[in-house]
Amino acid sequence: MSQREINLSINGKTYAAAVEPRLSLLDFLRDHAGLTGTHVGCEHGVCGACSILFDGVPIRSCLMLAVQADGHAITTVEGLCNEDGAPGPLQDAFQEAHGLQCGYCTPGMLISAQALLAGNSDPSIAEIKDAIGGNLCRCTGYVQIIEAIQLAASRLREAGQ
Amino acid sequence: MTAATGDAGNAGAMGRNLHYVAQKRRVREDRRFVTGTGKFVQDVTLPDTRHAAVLPSPYPRARILSVDTAAAEALDGVHMVLTGQQMAADCNPIRLGLKLPEVKWYPLAVDMTRYAGEWVAIVVADTAYIAEDALALIQVEYEPLAPVIDPEQAFAETDLLVHPGHGSNVLYHGHFLWGDVDGDFAAADDSLSFRARWGRSSTVPIETFGALARWDAGTEILDIWASIQMPNFVELLASTLGYPLNNIRLHQDVDVGGSYGVKRGIKQSVLVAYLARKLRMPVRLIEDRLVNMAGGDAHGPDRIFDTDVAFTNDGIIKSLKIRALDDAGAYPGRAPFQLAKPISAIVGPYTINSVKYEAISVATNKTGQVPVRGFGQAPTNYMIEMAVDAVARHLDLDRLEVRRRNLIPSDAFPYRIPSGSDYDSGDYHTVLQKGLDLARYDELLQRRDKARAEGRLAGIGIATCLEPGGGNNIFEYLMDPTAEITTFMEACEVKVDPQGRITGMMGTTTSGQGHETLFATILGEELEFDPDEIRIVHADSLSALPTRSPVASRMAIMLGGAATGAAGKIKDRAMAIAAFNLDRPAADLEYSGGTISDRNDPSRKLTWAEICFIAYRAYHKLPPGMEPGFHAQFVFQVPGGGQLPDARNRVQIYPCFSFQAHIPYVEIDPGTGKVSVLDYAIAHDCGTVINPDIVRGMVIGGLAHGIGAALYEKFAYDGEGQFLSASFADYLMPSVHEIPDVKDVEHCTPSPLTSHGQKGSGEGGYLGAPAAIASAVNDALHPLGLTILELPMRMHKIEALINDGSG
Ligand code: FES
Ligand code: FES
Repeated sequence: MSQREINLSINGKTYAAAVEPRLSLLDFLRDHAGLTGTHVGCEHGVCGACSILFDGVPIRSCLMLAVQADGHAITTVEGLCNEDGAPGPLQDAFQEAHGLQCGYCTPGMLISAQALLAGNSDPSIAEIKDAIGGNLCRCTGYVQIIEAIQLAASRLREAGQ
Repeated sequence: MTAATGDAGNAGAMGRNLHYVAQKRRVREDRRFVTGTGKFVQDVTLPDTRHAAVLPSPYPRARILSVDTAAAEALDGVHMVLTGQQMAADCNPIRLGLKLPEVKWYPLAVDMTRYAGEWVAIVVADTAYIAEDALALIQVEYEPLAPVIDPEQAFAETDLLVHPGHGSNVLYHGHFLWGDVDGDFAAADDSLSFRARWGRSSTVPIETFGALARWDAGTEILDIWASIQMPNFVELLASTLGYPLNNIRLHQDVDVGGSYGVKRGIKQSVLVAYLARKLRMPVRLIEDRLVNMAGGDAHGPDRIFDTDVAFTNDGIIKSLKIRALDDAGAYPGRAPFQLAKPISAIVGPYTINSVKYEAISVATNKTGQVPVRGFGQAPTNYMIEMAVDAVARHLDLDRLEVRRRNLIPSDAFPYRIPSGSDYDSGDYHTVLQKGLDLARYDELLQRRDKARAEGRLAGIGIATCLEPGGGNNIFEYLMDPTAEITTFMEACEVKVDPQGRITGMMGTTTSGQGHETLFATILGEELEFDPDEIRIVHADSLSALPTRSPVASRMAIMLGGAATGAAGKIKDRAMAIAAFNLDRPAADLEYSGGTISDRNDPSRKLTWAEICFIAYRAYHKLPPGMEPGFHAQFVFQVPGGGQLPDARNRVQIYPCFSFQAHIPYVEIDPGTGKVSVLDYAIAHDCGTVINPDIVRGMVIGGLAHGIGAALYEKFAYDGEGQFLSASFADYLMPSVHEIPDVKDVEHCTPSPLTSHGQKGSGEGGYLGAPAAIASAVNDALHPLGLTILELPMRMHKIEALINDGSG
């Protein structure tokens, strides 16, 4: 199958690759860029495990082709870490509040929460629910996830003062 | 820190001060998951890995007349196409739980398909994309046959058989009688009967099943990485492939993206193992979602209960007659045993005197059933709670009051139930009261009545349920007296290295339960070291001591027990070294944080570093006869029980019984039938809580899972056996919008049988929530004179019930 050249930025790093036009962005991130933090849950756009930031906007990477990312900037869960790979502030709040169990939905949850907090450091519960409403979690029942996002928001506000 | 029964997560047990157990401490596993560095099976890469894809059958029951793989094999990048016939020629049928020699289960359908979605062929190619392209090129000629879909029909059927060689569709049919049921029914003031139906749903982890295999021709070892949670997995793999057990190495350091019982993946693993050896290259199969839902063999119980209840005019329940008919699907695996586990808590938390239990497992042309969270206890709890509510309704008594009259009193423990279980400990009345206080029950009643006065349908649910934990597997014997199995042990090894650092080795995968945290916390507690400095590793199956995997709400009890035992041996060894070197009797010595000193003269002491040096380097300072080195192994037997059932089938299967009281509040839109769960209070008692965040997560997560089973989740089939729920858009798992703000409270009634008073907690929320939601929905429908006793209570069902009484 013919290949197409793409250039994109992932977590601030530039990637150039030749890919099949049918390759999903999700598979590109995992299998070609080696960023396995983004997970595969349904490949039909419902579970949110594959969520990434696409030019800052949360999207489902299973519903997009790698070629469509040409020229765009992507952030994956790995990009939420500090420089040294240690958990970033949002990730630390998820740890502190134990906003996860098996960790499979977690990257998608973090991406959705990151997008929310980027524009709103004082979200209501309803706003938090809307932000993660497209991310399924089988383990937690969501309560500790909401608490984790609230904790991250309150730390963000404290840091901003 | 108190040492008594009472408020928890911070309650101690056994009269000890606790430093790490029961403390709010971070869950160590979380760090790798939040940074995206967990290692799930799909993240394991080996050079030259090839990718597999499977071809599902479109028919629930059909003869396979021919399979033409030529075009698929000719496709560029395809390495092999394997059919059922070829696979069956080279393997044994997958061993089932019960001995059913004519129910032959192979990884791929041979000659006949038995459910829509059953795998007919598998392709291996350079990429998963090419493998899927090749699937479209396989030509299968089928002769469709009429399927058997309805379980009652399957039970009665003599011609239409899922496995003709077996002679009927009945996989198991057993009768149990505990106590004088006829006498109790005759003496009771009143009785009633009802039918309740638990729908086919499951746990549906967000990660599907996947497996990667590599055959090493040099060592003749099959290496396998799999998203597995299963006792006996390697044994099953070995018996199906015909390999010696020690030719297989399961890598248990793979993170499993949720399981809650279902990640069994045996046929998947047999396939990749076989193909990897045949092709001499690593082969992996990652189920896609549609394949997983239809043919991944991960459906749960699908059960019809017909129950008779005998009771007094005061609402005291005397006796139960239960008939449970369970639809195991086409290949039963361990499904029938899910009818046996509930025997351990067949009367729930109530003082019911006698029980008759008829358990039937039938085969139908549906996807096979596997163990699901609670192993059959959730449906049974649902039925028991529906019985209590029905008695209250019948007598026009308050549901709460009826429960209070029937709950086992706190001074009656250990309490023996008719089927032979001794419930270890409990304080059911107090926990229920805590739940009511948390729910602000009086205000909730006012809120409901106000809503009703305003013309809305509003209801409060009450469910008081048990969670058996830590079982010994003797239920197998109840169904198959040739299965003399009386242990379900768990083991660990603890090493202290020459630096004095501690490493604990466990022998199973983990799927979100926080076992590493559990293990480190208990080792830290026992050895008086900071758990964060203790390393935990998952040994592979060739290196590990016996494990039975994290099923049956057992790891806190069983790994906790093994860790405590091994830590005790480490301390004993340190003591022996100190006694010898300090020339003091061990009775005079005291252990504190690794240092051992003379109680009478604390300046005489041996530090941890000195003890480690002696253990590893100074043989001349070791007590005579002691082996050098510093490690300990411990294999923990399930506490209590351990004996086969008596002549009347009475037996102790589970040692520990956790308890919960659920109180949800719902409103129903009469126009659409939509149920909104607006509030939820749960009081929970699993004895000592090892890690409060983990237990809370399990409770709430299980509860959300139970809301799904009660209202939304269903693997639906149409009358022709076509599968209707392959996608997340059809199966309907609850999102955050369907889960209310849950209020939760812990109570602590320590178990006298476990190392720190702990009991199981992985299933509890799920074991009560479906019953509680059903109770709430029926309370809301009560003013209309309607009841619904079928799960899931999807909106169209409720709408039809309200608007034309049909349901
Ligand atoms: S994998 Fe993309 S939404 Fe589920
Ligand atoms: S943490 Fe397991 S699915 Fe969310």
